[in-house]
Amino acid sequence: MTALLEIERFTVRYDRLVAVNDVSLQANAGEVTAVIGPNGAGKTSLVNAVMGLVPFEGRLAFPAWPQVAHSTEARVRARISLVPETRDLFGPMTVFDNLRLGAFAARGERDFDMAARLDETFRLFPRLAERRDQRADTLSGGERQMLALGRALMLRPRFLMLDEPSLGLAPLIVAEVFRVIARLRDQGVSILLIEQNARAALRLSDRAYVLENGAVRLHGKASDIAADPRVIEAYLGGSVALASDRRERQSGRVG
Amino acid sequence: MTADVALILLQDGIVSGAVYVLLATVLVLIFSVTRVIFVPQGDLIAFTALTLSAFETGNVPGTVWLLMFGATAAMLLELRQAVPQRDRARILRSLLRFGALPALIAIVAVFLVPKTAPLLWKMTVSCALVACLGPLIYRIVFQPLAASSPLVLLIAAIATHLGLNSVGLHLFGAEGVRTEGFSGQPFSIFGIIVTQQAAGVLASSVIAVVGLYLFFRLSLRGRALLATAYNRRGAELVGISTETAGRTVFFVAGLAAAVSGLLIGPTTTLYYDSGFILGLKGFVGAIVGGMAVYPLAAAGALLVGTVEAFASFWASAYRDVIVFLLIIPVLFWRSVSSVPAEDGLE
Repeated sequence: MTALLEIERFTVRYDRLVAVNDVSLQANAGEVTAVIGPNGAGKTSLVNAVMGLVPFEGRLAFPAWPQVAHSTEARVRARISLVPETRDLFGPMTVFDNLRLGAFAARGERDFDMAARLDETFRLFPRLAERRDQRADTLSGGERQMLALGRALMLRPRFLMLDEPSLGLAPLIVAEVFRVIARLRDQGVSILLIEQNARAALRLSDRAYVLENGAVRLHGKASDIAADPRVIEAYLGGSVALASDRRERQSGRVG
Repeated sequence: MTADVALILLQDGIVSGAVYVLLATVLVLIFSVTRVIFVPQGDLIAFTALTLSAFETGNVPGTVWLLMFGATAAMLLELRQAVPQRDRARILRSLLRFGALPALIAIVAVFLVPKTAPLLWKMTVSCALVACLGPLIYRIVFQPLAASSPLVLLIAAIATHLGLNSVGLHLFGAEGVRTEGFSGQPFSIFGIIVTQQAAGVLASSVIAVVGLYLFFRLSLRGRALLATAYNRRGAELVGISTETAGRTVFFVAGLAAAVSGLLIGPTTTLYYDSGFILGLKGFVGAIVGGMAVYPLAAAGALLVGTVEAFASFWASAYRDVIVFLLIIPVLFWRSVSSVPAEDGLE
């Protein structure tokens, strides 16, 4: 199994606040690697640092692409893509423009074909085709998430990081988003999936890490993690109502 | 007032309005991409006219020294970041962009523009000198502040204006200049006498504004520049460099300022400090147009030019006051109108 992303003794700080503390993690090619954990565990800080958006200490390497520099621009040019928790769409622009800009960094590639990429994305998300000329900020929450995903896919990423793709979506839409992720996995896209929805995340991933208070508490094969009594108790056990209760209580913390 | 006089005033108004259109368009553009209210835009316009006038009298314009000084500062800033990272491509780029290119333009300006050179060549070199100042100002002043609030950026813009103003006095002196215009016989359309200068101003302004509009409407690169305005992080995540975006709009701004300076130079006397009032009038045009939409900003700027022309006929001493008064009803209307103001950022 070849490692796509290797991080060791990885620490992210905001002034005195330590968001990620001495984390080591590996994501393999062709696999879905899940990072689960409560709000404030440092999951978002982790992917933002991997994407080059915030500074970090420690070692970070993409063994398959050793020459990639530590800047967001270089990451994007190496076709490493992040769909952030905040979506970060271009609100006043149309769905069409948002998608086209998703392929902005790929313009220079040989055989670059914008139309083919758009077709591919529209086939994956027929809803976006219907909303093609609508402004992004008039879309529903689910459609926005699809647009954010679609925009990232326009790059044809070799490594895709998804930060809480199910956050704030209705259950039906969540199911659809996870269906799309499963489809991407089946197409061989390597994915790092950050999720609070541990049950769904573990179901479609190969390996998993449990992050708590900025540190890795558990890691291993996703099926083993899903069977671990501690995980069952903290993340999978109890009723759905309890789980959402916990989420509400913790939603005030740093993500 | 007879109809004839009104027609002449209207023509005057439209011609100076055309220059404000360019100014307002650029102000809106810079604001929407970088959130900077670029006060020194007017200074660059005045500097262009002063540069051209120096060439006309056979002197080396002070702009050359300004360019060399700015380029050196920008290059040092860039190298200080690039050298410790051992980023060879970036070191090479900064040597070319802030070293070789400005040096080349400066050498041309010092040695290859004799007093007898054709007007078009002098204009081209003046344009190049001033257009390069745009990206330099961005690199030195605004790029390090890119993440700051609009208020901080405004303060920096005013400081830049004051700095340029003082340097301008030192480099160009206190005398006003009026540059040579496009010569040639006036012609008449529908019985209205139009000078070639006026026609040139209108044509250049229309070409520039339509060109900018099409660029931002249709091209992916133009959309990418706007995308940085709508969502900085989103733009970074699709690989649009906010630094490149800033540099590009400031280059466009410098170029537009240079063109405006060439257009306005023959119609009015410009001093080292004329830029501020010019910039303010472009700003009024932009505000009247809502500070967001290009066609509207252009209409606002035309209105400013027309009001100015009529005001100077009736009450020339109060000309500027009357122009600036325009802003009050507009702001009042905007604050009472129920639709929340859209500033092109959200």
